[in-house]
Amino acid sequence: MIESLKNKDLSEMNLNTINLGPTHPATHGIFQNVLTMDGEKILHAESTVGYIHRAFEKLAEHRPFNQITPITDRLNYCSSPINNFGWEMTMEKLLGVQLPKRVEYMRVIIMELARIADHVICNSILAVDTGALTGFTHIFQQREKIYEIYEEICGARLTTNIGRIGGFERDFNDKTWKKIKDFVQEFPKAFKEYEALVNRNRIFMDRTIGTGAVSAEEALNYGFTGPNLRAAGLDYDVRVMNPYSSYQDFDFTIPVGKQGDSYDRYMVRSAEMWNSISIIKQALEKMPDGPYHADVPEFYLPPKQDVYTKMEALIYHFKIVMGETKVPIGEVYHSVEGANGELGFYLVSDGGRTPYRLHFRRPCFITYQAYAKLIEGSVLSDAIITMSSLNIIAGELDA
Amino acid sequence: MELNNAEYTKVVDALKSRFPNSINDIGVPYETLTLSVDSAEIKNIIAFLASEELGFSFLTDVCGMHYESTDELGVVYHIHNLYTNTRIRLKTRLPKSKPEIDSVTSIFKSANWQERETYDFFGIIFKGHPDLRRILNMDEMDYFPLRKEYPLEDGTRTDKNDSMFGR
Amino acid sequence: MAVNTNNKVNIVAPPEGHSDAGFFATSLDKAVGLARKNSIWPLPFATSCCGIEFMATMASNYDMARFGAERLSFSPRQADLLMVMGTISKKMGPVVKQVYLQMAEPRWVIAVGACASSGGIFDTYSVLQGIDKVVPVDVYVPGCPPRPEQIIDGLMRIQDLIGNESLRRRNSPEYKALLNSYGIK
Repeated sequence: MIESLKNKDLSEMNLNTINLGPTHPATHGIFQNVLTMDGEKILHAESTVGYIHRAFEKLAEHRPFNQITPITDRLNYCSSPINNFGWEMTMEKLLGVQLPKRVEYMRVIIMELARIADHVICNSILAVDTGALTGFTHIFQQREKIYEIYEEICGARLTTNIGRIGGFERDFNDKTWKKIKDFVQEFPKAFKEYEALVNRNRIFMDRTIGTGAVSAEEALNYGFTGPNLRAAGLDYDVRVMNPYSSYQDFDFTIPVGKQGDSYDRYMVRSAEMWNSISIIKQALEKMPDGPYHADVPEFYLPPKQDVYTKMEALIYHFKIVMGETKVPIGEVYHSVEGANGELGFYLVSDGGRTPYRLHFRRPCFITYQAYAKLIEGSVLSDAIITMSSLNIIAGELDA
Repeated sequence: MELNNAEYTKVVDALKSRFPNSINDIGVPYETLTLSVDSAEIKNIIAFLASEELGFSFLTDVCGMHYESTDELGVVYHIHNLYTNTRIRLKTRLPKSKPEIDSVTSIFKSANWQERETYDFFGIIFKGHPDLRRILNMDEMDYFPLRKEYPLEDGTRTDKNDSMFGR
Repeated sequence: MAVNTNNKVNIVAPPEGHSDAGFFATSLDKAVGLARKNSIWPLPFATSCCGIEFMATMASNYDMARFGAERLSFSPRQADLLMVMGTISKKMGPVVKQVYLQMAEPRWVIAVGACASSGGIFDTYSVLQGIDKVVPVDVYVPGCPPRPEQIIDGLMRIQDLIGNESLRRRNSPEYKALLNSYGIK
C-alpha cells in the first residue's frame, strides 16, 4: 500500500477493487492481479499465480533423464531451445562430458536464434499493447523463418526437444545452413523497418518512458536477472560471467540501460537482438569441423550400424531406450542466460534412473513478485505496459 | 579439507571464525562450494554473507528438499557474489515433525515468493515471513505434494484403467 | 450469373435451394448457418504454448482472419466460439466454466492442443485432464502444439458444425441433457 495512505481511514475514499485477470486480453498468460484503485490510480495490488501450475518438478522425479528435455521445452516456450540446451548442459556437467567445439558453436547459433524469437515476441507485443499492430504483423514473419530452421533440425516449431545429451542426433544439412545464412541477411532489413516504426515513435515513447521504473539496487534485491536487470544499469549476463558452450570465443557487448523503465527494457532487448545476429555471424564464420556429438554411452544412442552388428552397442541401445542407465551420485547447479534472465537447474541425483530432485530457478517467477510493488501509484494503462515489458511467460512463472 | 580456491578459503575462514559451531560439512562438488549449516543460524549466516565484508549480494535460489533416507526436510540456498564471481550453496536439514526455519525475506526480497513456493511444496514454515501461504497450488489443498510419500498423479481420477497401465 | 472462366479458382457451391430469375430460396437453417459460420467471433482463451501457435495462426503467414474470424472478442458476452488453447489446471477450471456460462447461445467450444483435450503430457495432481470435465466441447484439435494448419482445420470443422446446425438444436431435450450433465442450467 502506498506509504501516505497506510494510516488513513480508507472508508471515506471512494475506492474501487477491480480484477485484472486471470483471462485478460494482452495475451501474456494467466495471472491475476486484484487492484485497489482510486479512480485511475492504483493504490494497492495483489498478485495471484498458479493458474497454470503443471508440477514440473514432481513430474521430473518420475522421468528418466533424457525424457525430461520435453518438459523443459514448456518452461519458457517462446525460446525453448535455450531451456533444452540448459538441461542438456546440466546433465553433461553431472556426467563430466567434454563437448567438441563444433557442437558448442552449433548450440550457440540455435540459442541466439531462440533469443531473437523471444525478444521479437516481447517487443512486438509491447508495441501492440500501446496500440501499434502493424509492427507485430511484419516482424512475426521473421519468426516463421526461425521456425523453419528449427523444423529442419528437430522437426518441431515451438516446443523443440532439440539436441541430445552430448550433442545433436545428426549434423545440420546444407538446407539448414542456407536457411541460417539467409536469415542473417534478411532479418536485419526487416528489423530495421520495425525499429523505424516504433523506436522513436512519439506515442510509443510517451507511453513507455517512466513506466515501471526500478533502480539497480532494488532490482538486484528482488532477484531480477536478464534484460530487466540490465535495463536498470547492472551488467550481469551469465554468458559473460560464467561462460558456457564456448561463449567466451565470441565478441559481443552487454547493452545496459539507465532508468530501468519500460523503454529501457525495450531498447535493451532490441540491442540484444542485434548482438545475437552478430554472434550468429561470428559462429558461422568460425565454425570448426569435427564430430557433431560427444561420446556419452549412458545417454547418446550408438549408431545404428553398430547396434545391428555389435553386442555392446545393442545392450547400450536397449538400456538407453528403456531408461535404465545410471548416473553418478551428486548435486549440480548449472545456469544459462535465458531470454528473461538466469535460468538455473539444480539437479540432485541419487544414482537412479530418474532425478532425486530437480528444481528450476525460473527468472519470470522471481521477477513477477516485484510487479505488485512496481505498479503502485501508477495508472492502469501503465500497469499493462509494465507487465508487457517485463516479459512474463506463464509457463515459466508457474512451472 | 583442501580448498584450492583462494576465494573459497577466505569465505570458509570468515564463516568459521564467526560461526564456529554451525558449519557441519564443507564440500566442493562440481566446483561449487557447498556448506551444510545449522538451520537455527541460517539467517545470521546469510546476513553475514550479504554484508559489505563478504559481498554476496545476490540470492540466486531457494528450494526445498525431502531427504527420504532420514525422513528429514531441508532448504537449499544458492548465493552469488557478483564482484568476485563466487557461488555458494548452503544446505540445511529440518526435522519433519517441526520443519521451521527463519525467513530471509528481510535481507533479500527475492526470497519472498521462493519461500512461499517451498512452503507450498514441502510444508516448511518460514518464521518471520510477511505472507506465508500457498502460491502455486490451490488454497484448499491439504497436503504438501512434493514430499516423497505422495504420488504424482491425481488420486481422485476415475477414468484411468489401471490394468492397461501395468498396475 | 457471371461465368467463371478462371478454372484455378474454386467457388464454393451455394447451399441446396431453388433458384430462378432474381431469387434464391433455401431453408432458414442453411441461410443462417452460412452467415454464422463465415463470421465467427472467437474468444482466444490462450494459456500456454498453444497460445503462441495461435498467435502465429493469427499473424500474416497463416491468417485465420481469412475464415471470417477477424474480430477477436475478449469479452465472453460478445463471443461465439471459445477457443481454449493450453493447459487448464484445476485452479483454472472454475474460470473456464465461468467464461463459458457468460457466453450467449449459440456458442461452441474448441479444445486446441493435447492439454486442453485430455491433459496432455501432464498427468499430475494439479492439471485438469481435459476441459471436457467442465464444459461441453465440440471439436478437439490434438497436437503439442498443433501446427497452425491443424488449428485452421479445427476451425473449418467448427464451421461445418455451425453450417449444418439445426435452428432448434439449442432448445432440444438432448442439448438440455448435455448441459445438465455438466451442471449448467
